[in-house]
Amino acid sequence: MADARTTTLAAKPPGFLARALDSDVWASFTRSKLTMAAAAVTILFFAAALLAGLVSPQDPFNPAELELINSRLPPIWDAEGQRPFMLGTDDQGRDMLSAILYGLRISLLVGFMGVAFAATLGITLGLLAGYLGGVTDTLIMRIADVQLTFPAILIALLVDGVAKSVLGGHLDPATTLSVLVFSIGLSFWVQYARTVRGSVLVEKNKDYVAAARLIGLPAPVIMARHVLPNVLGPVLVIATINLALAIITEATLSFLGSGMPDTMPSLGTLIRIGNNYLFSGEWWIVAFPGIALALLVLAINLVGDWLRDALNPRLR
Amino acid sequence: MPLDRGLRAFYGTRPEGEAAFLASKIAVSRNKSPASQSRGLPAENDRMLKRSLLLAATAAAFLSATALGAGAATVRYANQGDLKSLDPYTLNETTTNAHLGNVYEGLTSRGKDLAIGPGLAERWEMLEGGKRWMFYLRKGVKFHNGNDFTADDVLFSADRVRAQGSNFLTRVPKDAKFTKVDDYTVEVTLPTPNPIMHYQWDTWYIMDKEWAEQNNATAPTPASAQTPGHAALNTNGTGPFRIESHQPGVRTVFKANPTWWNDAKKEHNITEVIFTPIGNDATRVAALLSGEVDIIEPVPIQDIARINASPNARTLTGPEVRTIFLSFDQVRDELLSSNVKGKNPFKDKRVREAFYKAIDIETIKSRVMRNLATPSALMIAPEFFPLSKEFTRPKYDPDGAKKLLAEAGYPNGFEVGMNCPTDRYVNDGEICQAAVGMLARVGIKINPIFEPKAQYFAKVLKAGGYQTSFYLLGWTPGTGDPHNVLYDIMGCRDNPQSTRGESNLGGYCNKKLDELTDKILVEADASKRTGMIAEAFKIGNEDFGYIPLHQQALAWGVSKKFSIPQRADNEILFYWARKE
Repeated sequence: MADARTTTLAAKPPGFLARALDSDVWASFTRSKLTMAAAAVTILFFAAALLAGLVSPQDPFNPAELELINSRLPPIWDAEGQRPFMLGTDDQGRDMLSAILYGLRISLLVGFMGVAFAATLGITLGLLAGYLGGVTDTLIMRIADVQLTFPAILIALLVDGVAKSVLGGHLDPATTLSVLVFSIGLSFWVQYARTVRGSVLVEKNKDYVAAARLIGLPAPVIMARHVLPNVLGPVLVIATINLALAIITEATLSFLGSGMPDTMPSLGTLIRIGNNYLFSGEWWIVAFPGIALALLVLAINLVGDWLRDALNPRLR
Repeated sequence: MPLDRGLRAFYGTRPEGEAAFLASKIAVSRNKSPASQSRGLPAENDRMLKRSLLLAATAAAFLSATALGAGAATVRYANQGDLKSLDPYTLNETTTNAHLGNVYEGLTSRGKDLAIGPGLAERWEMLEGGKRWMFYLRKGVKFHNGNDFTADDVLFSADRVRAQGSNFLTRVPKDAKFTKVDDYTVEVTLPTPNPIMHYQWDTWYIMDKEWAEQNNATAPTPASAQTPGHAALNTNGTGPFRIESHQPGVRTVFKANPTWWNDAKKEHNITEVIFTPIGNDATRVAALLSGEVDIIEPVPIQDIARINASPNARTLTGPEVRTIFLSFDQVRDELLSSNVKGKNPFKDKRVREAFYKAIDIETIKSRVMRNLATPSALMIAPEFFPLSKEFTRPKYDPDGAKKLLAEAGYPNGFEVGMNCPTDRYVNDGEICQAAVGMLARVGIKINPIFEPKAQYFAKVLKAGGYQTSFYLLGWTPGTGDPHNVLYDIMGCRDNPQSTRGESNLGGYCNKKLDELTDKILVEADASKRTGMIAEAFKIGNEDFGYIPLHQQALAWGVSKKFSIPQRADNEILFYWARKE
């Protein structure tokens, strides 16, 4: 939480990189091996997802590349395993490794976009509620309270169901993706709104806000230029932890059958497909996407935990 | 729907078990909070703990008592699909017909070997070569609400089954005239002879006129109906079971009917059947293996070995007489979902032939069906047609398919939507996905519209306006005779006055085939008739109106304590079931 005043008063601020490497946050990062490992895994996953098109031996979303004759092959170390299917294939002859890489891409895309949507919505509403107070505050916060009484996954399912029936039952993959982002965003905004509102209540009585008001700046400018940068610290922590939650929510929705279709699977869809073969000994169809999902969420959560501790002044 | 299924997959399926589990959880959590509050007061703590344990035990005992209270003769049945409507004229689908066959009865019945026998009609006479029929009704039969079964109910049912919105229009010929001779005799007259009129009357279920009128249910519920009527949620049949409660998508409870006319000679010892849909394959198998359900249909073919190896369950398998096939919209001038505008590519025979040749049936058989399917060149199972061996499928030939598409003016293929049910036939969703891949290799981009059967049937059937461009369907002729396939599936549907082609979702039409079909209906000479049937199927095959895929195998999973005859039409009928 860089204070606006210190930066403006410093005679010649050092460069960003120098400041970052000199900070407490970086120090606490280099002290924790676990965090460094988690960050490495997270970056690896992100890179794998970004480069899926280059790395993977097959495009699992292109039905023309799937050969049914290659279906249900075990991983390469098994006697019946075949190249180039490192982690085996699913019931349609889809290479599991490629499917996981492409699935990661969808999971991360939905996660990031969902979080961005939730954060934008939550921050805006939180700022308005905190700064304006009165009826606006009461209205927004009561809606938030009501929504907090439901688990996020239920809200997501509800939004998803309503959106689908409004849009007319069957959707193409791109629309499904947008609906997923929308439903995840709507189910997670409350946390942002509440946190931001709390910080705004503290900030708005500080002198720099009073000064800004005194020189006659309009309320929207004060909110956006002066208050917002000072309340973003906690939001960053929530966003990181929410990213893991959003990925899990997307996987749950897909597992339940209301997310990505079988022809364009995300990690959750792959787990649902694999679940059908649990009893028949074809364990790799469910195991590998499951492991990938667990690792990804664990790594992001560890990074988020570290960020929370590092940014919490009381724990320093 | 998928949400529902998924949630059940998550939480398991057995309602009693779930309730007991939840009750004990609640009890435990109630136990926790007082205990933590009264830390340091051991006596108080202990008392609270005991009380809540008692509560948990009582709750569990109570719930298991209700579960066991119905006795050993409670059968739990799980199917992959739901029972959408209780109205016996809404959906002509084997699973639905079988469910309702426990509750309703037809004038005729079919035995374990599918032989036709008396039902609500004790006997009947065919007169004038099939132009006039006399049905003598069984006396002393009562509907579940106590009303007597009489000729009026037959006349009423004959009108209702042929009314708009019914999915059973071909069950009773449109021009058949029903006359009440007396309370227990019905005369049926036809303008043209129909010697096989009663062949599928075992699933034309007779409804109570008075009950339907009282409950404003004289019109059939269409499959596309958004709000179910009284008859879609309640039943009043004459059969061995009555439906005690019905929660669509959750569970349906059938109770034995002690006032059934044949109760004295009944073969079953079942007092209650609890039906739950379990969409997820693994969950359904787990429920059978753990003894939570007594019978599942279908067994996912990948799990047959696993079930046979278990100590308390086994599988019943056999060939099914159902033919799974693909077909196309051949009627509309522009397809509903395609990037080809202004024309319908499926009106071109070369395109249909290309689709046929792009499907690698042997790989579907070995990889998707794990060899539990018989590839078919015909729209009918060999059990119903002796000459079926003389027909062969055109060879799998993707290059030839590409060439044909290029000749037809689609060198780069085109896009088309495909409707496919995901919980109706064995591995239906997987078959469609495999077809998507195979067609992609010849340049056809399929936009999958794969849905649970409730949504699927609401769109593609007559009641939904045949909203499909390319679809997968399975068909078992209810009559056990090729005429049914030629009339219901392959007949032209261009005459709105006729019921011909009612389930011809793509509207394939060849007048020569229709002419033969009408001759086949009245032909008495068996070998001549078989020859005409062969000729009709040959016309259909040469037109490439359909892509027959295979006859699937029946696979039921049953508990070793439970026995039930497996009928080749895949109907699970509990009036022959026994449980130890």
